[in-house]
Amino acid sequence: MSMATATAQPVERVNYLNKEYGVASWLLTTDHKRIALLYLLSITLFFFIGGFFALLIRLELLTPAGDLVQADTYNKLFTMHGMVMVFFFLIPSIPAVLGNFLVPMMIGAKDLAFPRINLLSWYLYIIGGVMMLHCMLTGGVDTGWTFYTPFSTAFTNTKIVEAGLAIFVVGFSSILTGLNFVVTIHRMRAPGMTWSRLPLFIWAHYATSIIQILGTPVIAITVVLVAVERTLHLGIFDPKLGGDPLLFQHLFWFYSHPAVYIMILPSMGIVSEIIACFARKRIFGYSFVALSSIAIAVFGFLVWAHHMFVAGISVYAALVFSLLSYGVAVPSAVKVFNWTATLYKGSIRYDAPMLYAFGFLGLFTMGGLTGLFLAALGIDVHVTDTYFVVAHFHYIMVGGALMGYLGGMHFWWPKISGKLYPEGWARLAALIVFIGFNLTFFPQFILGYVGMPRRYYQYPQEFQVLNVLSTAGATVLGVGYLLPMIYFLWSMRYGKPAPDNPWNAAGLEWKTASPPTTFNFEEEPVVTWEAYNYDEIDGAHKQEVPVVG
Amino acid sequence: MFDNFPLWPDRASTAAGNVDALYIFLLIVSGLMTLLIFTSVIYFAARYRQQQGVPAEQIEGSIPLELTWSVIPLGVFLAIFFWGAVVYFKGRTPPRDSTEVYVVAKQWMWKLEHAEGQREINELHVPVGRDVKLIMTSQDVIHSFFVPAFRMKQDVLPGRYTVAWFRATKPGTYHLFCAEYCGTQHSGMIGAIVVQEPAQYEAWMNGGSTGPLSVTGEKIFAELGCVTCHRSDTQGRGPNLQGVFGAAVQLDDGRTVTADENYVRESILDPGAKIVKGFKPVMPTFQGIVSEEQLNALVAYVKSLSKPGAPGPKTADAASKDSKAPTKGSQVE
Repeated sequence: MSMATATAQPVERVNYLNKEYGVASWLLTTDHKRIALLYLLSITLFFFIGGFFALLIRLELLTPAGDLVQADTYNKLFTMHGMVMVFFFLIPSIPAVLGNFLVPMMIGAKDLAFPRINLLSWYLYIIGGVMMLHCMLTGGVDTGWTFYTPFSTAFTNTKIVEAGLAIFVVGFSSILTGLNFVVTIHRMRAPGMTWSRLPLFIWAHYATSIIQILGTPVIAITVVLVAVERTLHLGIFDPKLGGDPLLFQHLFWFYSHPAVYIMILPSMGIVSEIIACFARKRIFGYSFVALSSIAIAVFGFLVWAHHMFVAGISVYAALVFSLLSYGVAVPSAVKVFNWTATLYKGSIRYDAPMLYAFGFLGLFTMGGLTGLFLAALGIDVHVTDTYFVVAHFHYIMVGGALMGYLGGMHFWWPKISGKLYPEGWARLAALIVFIGFNLTFFPQFILGYVGMPRRYYQYPQEFQVLNVLSTAGATVLGVGYLLPMIYFLWSMRYGKPAPDNPWNAAGLEWKTASPPTTFNFEEEPVVTWEAYNYDEIDGAHKQEVPVVG
Repeated sequence: MFDNFPLWPDRASTAAGNVDALYIFLLIVSGLMTLLIFTSVIYFAARYRQQQGVPAEQIEGSIPLELTWSVIPLGVFLAIFFWGAVVYFKGRTPPRDSTEVYVVAKQWMWKLEHAEGQREINELHVPVGRDVKLIMTSQDVIHSFFVPAFRMKQDVLPGRYTVAWFRATKPGTYHLFCAEYCGTQHSGMIGAIVVQEPAQYEAWMNGGSTGPLSVTGEKIFAELGCVTCHRSDTQGRGPNLQGVFGAAVQLDDGRTVTADENYVRESILDPGAKIVKGFKPVMPTFQGIVSEEQLNALVAYVKSLSKPGAPGPKTADAASKDSKAPTKGSQVE
């Protein structure tokens, strides 16, 4: 791995990791970097729990008959896979780990605006997580992560209320993180760090935070209403009690559609950072990429009923929501075009983070384009609630969000841990993940169009070949996810010490030590340059840049 | 009939061709887009790989380019939207004079009842070339009636009717799936749609019918005593139901609603919800007294009173516009 040599480092430099030792120094820390690591550990645990459920699901689907587990067990598996992955991994993943670690550093601050609230958010996450674990270990839930009523309120006898409360609690951890970011980004930027100089990672987290703050209360209200109907039999959603089951779906998707953008926007922010660094260029159309994040956050709130085209809403409502859904596709397309254009006339290196960014581009493009199918009313009727949808959202939420997360973990690992990861293994893992992912989920597009409904425990014979392909891909994908965990852990002990700025990257976070000290900067930085000033960093003969926009 | 490795579903309804055409168009559009992005990324990555002494060329951006790649995709998206909307609209609007089948879904089976009286479970016989309208409700949770070969899917909700329709084009046996997760045996809630040539279908129809659904409904109507108020003249305490179905009904709060399946259903289960102008809210609810199947029969009976040749005079407040098509889409208040 070709790393720029940094200044010689003292052997035992004091940093945020070795400043204090002992359990209390971690559990009572208010250092955003330590809290980020607490989150990293917790979400990794949940990722492997959710992944284990996925593995069992794929194994069950190897054969058409239901033979590995019971039908009820299978239903709980996909429910808990969804709940764990969405609420306990994907939503907190990038904001709570990389966002927590990087947002203050990137804007030149010592910490987030509310360090104690930051710690509180982690404790809420842990309380919610323990409630969810307890719920899973004592019986679990079998409604699907979507909790559709009246099944969830009047028919299933699994632990709906407990799971709902876990989501309620963990939702507040998400709200607090978002709140912290918004205030920090507004109030704590270093002198000279104007809005137009902010890294796109910050813009993306700003947009994400808006959704977290405005959207999450709605899911909290919704699960409370479910609990109220279930325990007190007040008619809200159950038609037998005078309720309306579609009301639940409106409320649920009002949060859960924007929630997809909570997962994907931060990932887009990471990809912008990585592409700029490894193409040694400013991002093409910086302001368009920045504002498209805000546009996605705003439009994302106006498209929820596209999950309900066959649910029994009126034809005219469906027309409106279809049209608006195409509206949100435009800023996403703009981003992809700008990233691609950034590569033009760059000076491109293929280090592991860049491979993940390439992988993101490919998978997100495919995920986004298949979204066009689903937003088309006539096609949605056929493919909704089939494996086509399953494939589509995995391309976005796993192909997109997780690729970005892994890319970011590699990119900033030297900063986080102070160690270099093994580059060869990392490139191999990126390749395995990309291949495994496509092998797992591409067959599911075909499966869906041919007609296999989702959440099927057993299925007709003719769907088997595609299911076997998918399961085979899942094993490859599993290896791809295990590898980084192994070599990251390995590098903490055996990795070479990382220089402060191994990638020669722009961005204030690289002006700190690796690993950084508790308050990040020796003295408050003053920013006189724009984001991605790679021409200055590389000292190349500066050319006149056409000023646009 | 099934291959072991199908890449494309059977195409057995008039809607299937429409959906497939749009699907193929989208495959082409997205295929081209994928190709464009992938080749650009791969070409740039190879062409501009890092070389000693060749610095990256900084480019701020380009408003014309930004506009180009916003406006052109938007145009394509709008075209897809319109096309998709047209296909959807056709699929949601049952033609008049469709053959009607009442569907009751429950955990975990489909009960289907033809207007002519045949009852089936997890199997539906239909003739080739005839429009079939499904009037569906659920006894418990939400289900979804999904026939991949027809490219047709509609959620089936408790407490209301949703409507779907199809016209089969090819004899054969096709999957009927429940597509909305509904509990333990969700994946076992599957059935078959048997599409037959008209002659075969007639033969099947003539075996074992209990008589038309509307006749069953008329009996229930009499047994429950509905006839005492809903008389076929203008003297009853309730409105005369001749010709009501499909017509515009004046309510006492000034609204006008179209009398469709959901209106009739609601008037039976929650009579106070919509009071016809000139009448008093005196009707008791039949919630819990009539089953879903009996409700269907009652709806079929009320409907039969609006068929051409139905006996009795038409009431003044309800029969003015009975030629209007009653149902548009699945959602009716």
